[in-house]
Amino acid sequence: MSHQNGRMYRDLRRAGGPIIVVERVADAAYGELVEILCGDGAVRRGTVLDISNERAVIQVFEGAQGLSLRGTSVRFLGKSLEFSVSAELLGRVLSGAGRPLDGMALPFDGSTRGIYGSAINPVMRDYPRDVIETGVSVIDVMDTLVRGQKLPIFSGNGLPHNELAAQIARQARIRGSEEKFAVVFAAMGVKHDDAAFFREELERTGALHNAAMFLNLASDPPEERLVTPRFALTLAEYLAFDEDYHVLVILTDMTNYCEALREMTSARGEVPSRKGYPGYLYSDLAEIYERCGRVKGAKGSITQLPILTMPNDDITHPIPDLTGYITEGQIVLDRELHQKNVYPPINPLPSLSRIMKDAIGGERTRADHADVANQLYSSYAQVGNIRSLAAIVGADELTDSDQRHLRFGDAFETRFVTQAQDARRTIEDSLTLAWDLLGLLPRDALHRVSPDELEQYYRVRGGADEGEEA
Amino acid sequence: MNSENSTILRINGPVVFADRMGAAGLGEQVDVGTEKLTGEIIALDNDTATIQVYEDTTGLKPGEPVAARGAPLSAWLGPGILRSVYDGIQRPLDTLREFSGTFLARGLSTPGIDLERTWVFTPQMQAGDTIAPLSILGEVPETDLVAHRVLVPHGVAGTLTWVAEAGSYRVTDVIARVDAGDGERELTMLQRWPIRRPRPIGRRLPPRVPVITGQRVIDFLFPAARGGACAIPGGFGTGKTVTQHQLAKWSDVDVIVYIGCGERGNEMTQVLDEFPVLIDPRSGKPIMERTALIANTSNMPVTAREASIYTGITLAEYYRDMGYHVAVMADSTSRWAEALREISGRLEEMPAEEGYPAYLASRIGEVYERAGRAETAEADGTAREGSVTIIGAVSPPGGDFSEPVTTHTKRFVRTFWGLDRDLASARHFPSINWNTSYSEYDVSAWYAEHAALPWAALRERATALLQEDDRLQNIVKLIGPDALPDRQRIVLESARLVKEAFLQQGAFSETDSYCPVPKQLGMMDVILTFHERALKASAAGRPVHRILALPVVEAIHRMKETVPADDPGALDALKKQVEAAFEE
Repeated sequence: MSHQNGRMYRDLRRAGGPIIVVERVADAAYGELVEILCGDGAVRRGTVLDISNERAVIQVFEGAQGLSLRGTSVRFLGKSLEFSVSAELLGRVLSGAGRPLDGMALPFDGSTRGIYGSAINPVMRDYPRDVIETGVSVIDVMDTLVRGQKLPIFSGNGLPHNELAAQIARQARIRGSEEKFAVVFAAMGVKHDDAAFFREELERTGALHNAAMFLNLASDPPEERLVTPRFALTLAEYLAFDEDYHVLVILTDMTNYCEALREMTSARGEVPSRKGYPGYLYSDLAEIYERCGRVKGAKGSITQLPILTMPNDDITHPIPDLTGYITEGQIVLDRELHQKNVYPPINPLPSLSRIMKDAIGGERTRADHADVANQLYSSYAQVGNIRSLAAIVGADELTDSDQRHLRFGDAFETRFVTQAQDARRTIEDSLTLAWDLLGLLPRDALHRVSPDELEQYYRVRGGADEGEEA
Repeated sequence: MNSENSTILRINGPVVFADRMGAAGLGEQVDVGTEKLTGEIIALDNDTATIQVYEDTTGLKPGEPVAARGAPLSAWLGPGILRSVYDGIQRPLDTLREFSGTFLARGLSTPGIDLERTWVFTPQMQAGDTIAPLSILGEVPETDLVAHRVLVPHGVAGTLTWVAEAGSYRVTDVIARVDAGDGERELTMLQRWPIRRPRPIGRRLPPRVPVITGQRVIDFLFPAARGGACAIPGGFGTGKTVTQHQLAKWSDVDVIVYIGCGERGNEMTQVLDEFPVLIDPRSGKPIMERTALIANTSNMPVTAREASIYTGITLAEYYRDMGYHVAVMADSTSRWAEALREISGRLEEMPAEEGYPAYLASRIGEVYERAGRAETAEADGTAREGSVTIIGAVSPPGGDFSEPVTTHTKRFVRTFWGLDRDLASARHFPSINWNTSYSEYDVSAWYAEHAALPWAALRERATALLQEDDRLQNIVKLIGPDALPDRQRIVLESARLVKEAFLQQGAFSETDSYCPVPKQLGMMDVILTFHERALKASAAGRPVHRILALPVVEAIHRMKETVPADDPGALDALKKQVEAAFEE
């Protein structure tokens, strides 16, 4: 055992997966950052996961692959993993562990913060109430995004979640205001072309200078994925609460993050719970998702748009399931709609925005907004039942009301949900379109809207009934 | 040997091992490390103590000192609890804000109630009076709604030798002296009680009085009883939290303890924004005046989350002992169970189902058994009644009710409100499924005495209608409703009225958010009257489509919004309208 500056220890006891064990360590702290000096001169980083006088268990961000037990030294740095953040990082492309990938040096006068952050005191939170108009009808009307909300996109492999996230990042605006806006993008284990897509998309629209990208690609070490969102959110917190930016954080793909966590805990020999994920997956995800919102006394905000691909499109899989319990709703992409060529293929039935109810209505959007959203949900839910009935008894056997619901269902998918990738609809336009479609339904099938609203907006549409309008 | 020289041996996340702890007791509170983080001893093995730390342990080192505080983790009981917002171990979040600003820092040990604030105490006893535990020494107007009864703590009895005169006192000021036989004791308004030990309960009373919540599906179909244990399981997006908020807002109890246990930060903010301005329909005062909040959000330390449920229930029991009816809302008990699982995993215990420790069921049982309705004997021979009703939300993974937390919870609760994803996606809220839910509390005697309309009979008819509908729906799925005989089509239509016009209730509607019992029963009476008349008319040959086209159907659909909560007379008019519609 040798002592040098910065408390250096030579020789490992054990190395496997992302974990190494060093013995007889003095004065090391739980969560301390270490540097691992490999025999070939390369330097890796890691943190202390379990510490006693006898041994320190260390998680290596780049993985333990290639380390030899002899000849590897570990230097304890006396601090936890930190990141020097500043607004200068906007426009930069960094690795998943905050190192520059664009050939430029990091700004040197940043504010240094631990990447794990601290929980926001609940009494210091401000309730999110400012609607973000995304220009996407089905989101704006039925799952309204609110500044300070965490609203994940539940997707599947091959579905256009990247396009949708990019469209939201491009079009998102607060009604009637122009304020400092920034995008923080964290990629965890994504394919190279997905990362390139976002980069080009941000470049094309000139948003790159207002964005910081943290890229951990599929070929990068999985251990690094565990810190990538934390680097990104450390910067986001600084931009939002110190620099008054309204920050949109896109985290993709949370499934890869969870896989990396499972890999790490299994290497440590921890007791697994569902599907081999650790029992604290919920707490761990909450540490990420809860770094979001608005706080009293700060002008800025953090809105999170995490993307996760549901393994086998299963919404009850632990990753989407636990995410749904933490986030304030979810936007669910649907393979069937995608196959019908509906873009964005958002299925409104399992989708939800939990905090829209306090953000919409009267002065904020329009007085009928909530009722219209409810009515669309309810009618579209009924369409599903009628479609399965029609599959059995044939469409001709259906009542007039059922037939009209079927026409409504088709129009809803092709005209309301469907829109071009560069189409930006205002909330008013979307609501008008919604009433246009509700006009396909008989008036007495609309229980979710008030008589006054029916009076003001309802106009019969479609076929023979058109005459009733006069 | 004392624990003065104890040091940290090992740190594994929130679990810390310390040596030379032989003198400390299981459950004792400890200061961990130089920053004095709050911890609790959860296991002792020889001289080594296993400690769960209620704060983030990053930066702790082996060799740092550990000191036992000499007492188990205990709640602070006294005036000042209501209107407070606490973390899981009863630290006021406002104090934490003064300490560390927007973000929570660690290492702050602070009393759960303000020791400097003065309260106006009015004595109700005098020197010479005999006292026993829970005797009421006097009263303090704690909030506009709740008079805090200053209780003699457990373990103190004897004769009062001195009582402070009416005036302003701090909770630590002596307000009475008692000759306890073995010497004089001084009493203050402040007491401590270990959170994991249930406060002794007086004579238990059967839970036969309903908690009126103003929620039709609950009060009418599956009532909760004062002193009962209830569970609301539901997958995400089924409206668990909204239902819990509704119950916290409208339940006719004296005190609410709301535990946000591992839930979303913004949801707690919503409660903090809403409760101070929401007016209680019975008292006309903000509901915050009767509420204590515990906010241990999902990203706050998992160990404090584990403690939060016990902290909340201890506060509730304290108000029960004063003679109040208290409801504890725990959202969500699954997060609490997961905290148990996480800590158990760190201890490398042998897991049982799905990684949960084998003692999960007994812990759940212990929590729900702290519910109860009881009376405490007064010195003058009368008794004061109080209750603790526990309503626990359960968040089953994937909405699967066969998972361990839901199944074990079902063993210990008697009211079960199963939330249903299909109902939720059809925007049928509250999405309480009438087929899977149940209530075993018999509150019919109370309704017979307090309601003008026959609750039990109406409920029976409504349940029968829903059951027949459920059977018919299976056929409808195959052949459509039009192929059914007229009688059955009327059943479908009336059941639809029950479901849409009655069971669905708008939590965000000003008129409908709270529905008093007379309106509930009146509404059901209208629907069942319609059903009965429609069946008769149909039997007499009137075609179904003409019955369904009656304008009164639309009026029934809208009655929850059109009939004001305080004017059930309008329902009599509607009922007459229904009858008249069939006279024609």
